[in-house]
Amino acid sequence: MSETTEDVLVDARELMCPMPVMAATKAARRMEPGQLMKVMATDKGALSDIPAWADANGHEVVSQTQEGNDLVFMIRTGEPD
Amino acid sequence: MSAEPMMTDQSQITEDDVRRIVKEELGTALKKDPGMRTGAIVASKGTLDWAYPPLILASAAAAVGMDVAIFFTFYGLNIVHKDFERKLKVDAVGNPAMPMPVPMPDLVTAMPGMVSVTSRMMKKKFSDKKVATVGELLDTCREMDVRLIACQMTVDVFGYEQSDFLEGVEFGGAAAFMADARKSNLTLFI
Repeated sequence: MSETTEDVLVDARELMCPMPVMAATKAARRMEPGQLMKVMATDKGALSDIPAWADANGHEVVSQTQEGNDLVFMIRTGEPD
Repeated sequence: MSAEPMMTDQSQITEDDVRRIVKEELGTALKKDPGMRTGAIVASKGTLDWAYPPLILASAAAAVGMDVAIFFTFYGLNIVHKDFERKLKVDAVGNPAMPMPVPMPDLVTAMPGMVSVTSRMMKKKFSDKKVATVGELLDTCREMDVRLIACQMTVDVFGYEQSDFLEGVEFGGAAAFMADARKSNLTLFI
């Protein structure tokens, strides 16, 4: 569906709070600024957790969609501050 | 007015510009405020259910870029004890909030062996829902550089040795905790 492909895929489906955010954090540590991360989650808490986590760390939520039960976030990593 | 020549010189800068610049600068300054990036949590309870909140909140705080320390004191020491799997239990006695499959009077829940039943029940409920185990949360905290500090006074009171605790656990006193806590905007007593 989306035309952009991610550099890193974080499959956090089935994981519950706080693990989706932890998985995203670990992935972000290995990424360069400006890369694209795709986070997939099924925990409804991720709806607020992932954007809040991204905002706190200077990442940008490019898109947020739902595919069936899967919540899909595309995140552009920011510069570390 | 004498100010008029100045206005023409700086005609590019409007009031909106000034407001925007001030807002940005304030935002940057606040981001650098160490208080916003530091958290200090006290974990004082040693039951299975109460092991989760300090570990979850500390790892989440670390994930949003904070330096966090958890100070384990009194029964909270159970959480970082090498034998935490066995020590962390949950009991329905005196805990009317604990959901039971069928209503049970205290006389039943107080029977010998019921603590391990209720503890197993909670562990199963959590694993069915794919909630991380206490062990996994401890690993996560360590990966996220959450400092795990055991209260030395209660270690002594309970007759523990420093070697009874998980690797990476530090030992400290109330003043050491307060020295961190006073610099933290986030302090929680759990």
